[in-house]
Amino acid sequence: MKKLFSFVMGAAVIGTALAPSANAWWWGKKGSEKASITVYTALEDDQIPNYLKSFERDYPNIEVNIVRDSTGIVTAKLLAEAENPQADVVWGLAASSLLVANDRGLIQGYAPKGLSNVKPSFRDPAKKPSWVGIDSWISAFCVNKIEAQKNGLSIPKSWADLTKPEYKGHIVMSNPASSGTGYLSVASRLQNLPSEEDGWNYLDALHKNIAQYMHSGSKPCKAAGKGEYPIGVSFGYRAVKQVNMGQPIEAVFPKEGSGWDVEANALIKKDKIKPAAKTFLDWAISPEVSREYAKSFAITAVETDVPLPKGFPSNPEKQLAKNDLQWAAVNRERILAEWAKRYDGKSAPK
Amino acid sequence: MHFKKNFNKSFNILLLRILIIFVFILVSFFIIIPLLPLFLKSFSDNKNNFIGLENFINYIQNPSLTQSFINSLKVAITTTFFSVLIGFIYAYALTRTRLPLKKFFNTFSLFSLYIPPLAVAIGLIYIFGKQGLITQGFFGTIPGFDINLYGFNGIIIGEIFYCFPQALIILVSALNLSDQRLYEAAESLKASPLRKFLTITLPNIKYGLMNSFFICFILSFTDFGVPKVVGGNFNVLATDIYKQVVGQQNFAMGATISIYLLVPSILAFLIDKNFRKNEASLISGKSIPFKPRKNLIVDSIMFIFCSLILILVIGVFSSIVLASLIKIWPYDISLSLQNFRFSNVAGNGYEPYFNTVFMSIYTAIFGTIFVFFTAYLVEKFKPLKKIRMLIYFFSTLPIAIPGLVLGLSYILFFNKPSFSVPFLDFQIFNPFSLLYGTMGILVLANIIHFFTVCFISATTTLKQIDKEFEEVSESLKVPFYKTFLRITIPLSLPTILEIGSYYFVNSMITVSAIIFLYPAKIPVSSVSIVNMDDAGDTASAAAMSTLIVLTSLFVRLIYEFTSRNVSKKSSVWINPLET
Repeated sequence: MKKLFSFVMGAAVIGTALAPSANAWWWGKKGSEKASITVYTALEDDQIPNYLKSFERDYPNIEVNIVRDSTGIVTAKLLAEAENPQADVVWGLAASSLLVANDRGLIQGYAPKGLSNVKPSFRDPAKKPSWVGIDSWISAFCVNKIEAQKNGLSIPKSWADLTKPEYKGHIVMSNPASSGTGYLSVASRLQNLPSEEDGWNYLDALHKNIAQYMHSGSKPCKAAGKGEYPIGVSFGYRAVKQVNMGQPIEAVFPKEGSGWDVEANALIKKDKIKPAAKTFLDWAISPEVSREYAKSFAITAVETDVPLPKGFPSNPEKQLAKNDLQWAAVNRERILAEWAKRYDGKSAPK
Repeated sequence: MHFKKNFNKSFNILLLRILIIFVFILVSFFIIIPLLPLFLKSFSDNKNNFIGLENFINYIQNPSLTQSFINSLKVAITTTFFSVLIGFIYAYALTRTRLPLKKFFNTFSLFSLYIPPLAVAIGLIYIFGKQGLITQGFFGTIPGFDINLYGFNGIIIGEIFYCFPQALIILVSALNLSDQRLYEAAESLKASPLRKFLTITLPNIKYGLMNSFFICFILSFTDFGVPKVVGGNFNVLATDIYKQVVGQQNFAMGATISIYLLVPSILAFLIDKNFRKNEASLISGKSIPFKPRKNLIVDSIMFIFCSLILILVIGVFSSIVLASLIKIWPYDISLSLQNFRFSNVAGNGYEPYFNTVFMSIYTAIFGTIFVFFTAYLVEKFKPLKKIRMLIYFFSTLPIAIPGLVLGLSYILFFNKPSFSVPFLDFQIFNPFSLLYGTMGILVLANIIHFFTVCFISATTTLKQIDKEFEEVSESLKVPFYKTFLRITIPLSLPTILEIGSYYFVNSMITVSAIIFLYPAKIPVSSVSIVNMDDAGDTASAAAMSTLIVLTSLFVRLIYEFTSRNVSKKSSVWINPLET
């Protein structure tokens, strides 16, 4: 019996001893000297350290705690925490998500320093905008050149191409019900054909060729990169990145124009808004960090002199299809219901 | 003297009542109360207006959603059948035969549970995907074979990977406790092996068997990790919840679907309650542990069976290790160790890994103590029957709550600074809100998330230990806690250690609840695996997964070593491995 006790106690002691700063850790490191802010972001994990360099240099007294996750998770977390918001700032989250958060009263309008540098279509037009964009992400196709050749497929150049019978079962795209990227493609098609009816007809035709609707924005491109499926409807940054990683991918920006959404910042409404949060938002649209954004994104909210990243079309602004973010947000529920009725829950086509 | 005896007895009962009520309060606060706000949402729209059953009706009327319900049922039934079958044979081999290399098979029995779900998917895709080793016939050297991974088939394979070890845990603890005397009696009556199996073995483990059916059914009915990655267009309820909650921020509909998910769990509870009426314990103070005898045919069949299972599991793991070393699958198959340096990719180097290890240690220690004590109070005593039934019921619920829903509920409850009292302008401070944003909330979420399997495993073991022990102690005026420490714990030690290691390995790989709860300063590795994979670093994700699997394996080895020593020293009779 004693042995057992000493075993249990031993385990407990080891557990506690193994944690060097167990206490601070357990309770979180509260009360440190530095001002600290919590930032929720959906920016890509590998980009964040580069972006933050200039902030850390200029504001050594502000500690930035980053919570990074996919757009859907960050948004869900924001909404669930509504009663006692943990985040001070949202950085680089889809504007469509911020519109939802603003609708629920979670956002405090704030005009960051340098707002006049931000292109008008990249911000909430209000005097104290609820969201201010930093870059735009646009839909693109990832086409695996090796697999396309193996299957005797030509490289599709346009949305219309994707409905050709030769691509049957070779295309994967993001499910608009679970991914913002999927939704921006669908919303863009509905807005850019003569009528919404035509848009649905197009989606009907596309559906015949789709092998899978996937639950994330980047996954179709990843699947294309691994040769699981030759064509993935995903987004530009992802396609270009995989090309640069050495995968046999061609990034195709469709002829009719790409669907797009803005990655934007916002100030979270709470009892005590920290000055550091505003400092962060000012910095987040500064020319210096915008230059960093411009290294990965073809289109940034603040014009920079950085040359276009490799792989994007030469006039990226022209690549943007007509898109009314407000319309897309307001009609989202209706469109997704219709989409689910038409295409979801059917068994996988072979 | 007479007075003292009465005092002792009533003190004993009083203490028991207090403890039962205390556990009841804890279980309510950690399981039921956090779920209430979310469930209330299922009766309201997203602006919090009460709309009655509208969500439920909408859900049923949508044909694609009802299809998901049917799909979930198909998945659950198929998975349950195979998982319990495999789990039973494997458990039987471990406990009732002279399986060669038994220690090895025992060590690796839960191996598929060590692999993070996302890594299982990566592994399956590398083997059975369109470019998979088997699909392409090992780079074209042999004829390829396409199992059509994406969809029903992939889900079933993934779910069996996840569910069969769970059935195994319960069945091992059920098969471990048996009475040699029954088999000896049968032998002297010249009963055939089949007859012995049908009349002794099966009835002996009927609770374990029934529970493993329920566990596998509910787990595969509610799991979303596997369908999300290899499900293709095969929709199930859990992916519907994901689409509603994460894709569309429609918490109300997400909550509604979660309630549908609870149905099988509640049915399971009701059925179990009926079964419990005619329960009898199998192990009395006089029992003798079962000692398997050599049987060349049975032993070799078992050896082949267990080997095949392990080959498949280790095959998937190997492809993950391979994935972590290969540059660009399947186009540039040069190897490098680059991916084990996590500093230049997503995450913060090794910090998430160590956070996860500590989180899992805490979960294992506190979880095991809490779960075993709860099961003990519920199972062994007579006072406060209704409350004990409620504790039992609450304890069976967490398994039906998808991690996603648990995570969100925990945010809603633990991030609430105070409660307002209805009809009064008065706020009560919520003491539990102190946990939010700390390691504590992660540990608690894990303890609750995996509570049911541990609880059932503990109850299965406790049920098989005769209540006679408690009754004798009572008549000898020994307080119950002495019996607990001196008899119950030593007898249940293998199960207790099993629960600890179950908690540990699950905490190492869990994503769904934690992804909503982890504080900015405590990144965890299972989440960084998802993020790395998301950022396109499949190889780094695979590398981190490899590390996690090796850690769990290491802990398992410690467990093996400890349990062997403990069972030797406590000289009790469990663990046929010693014979």
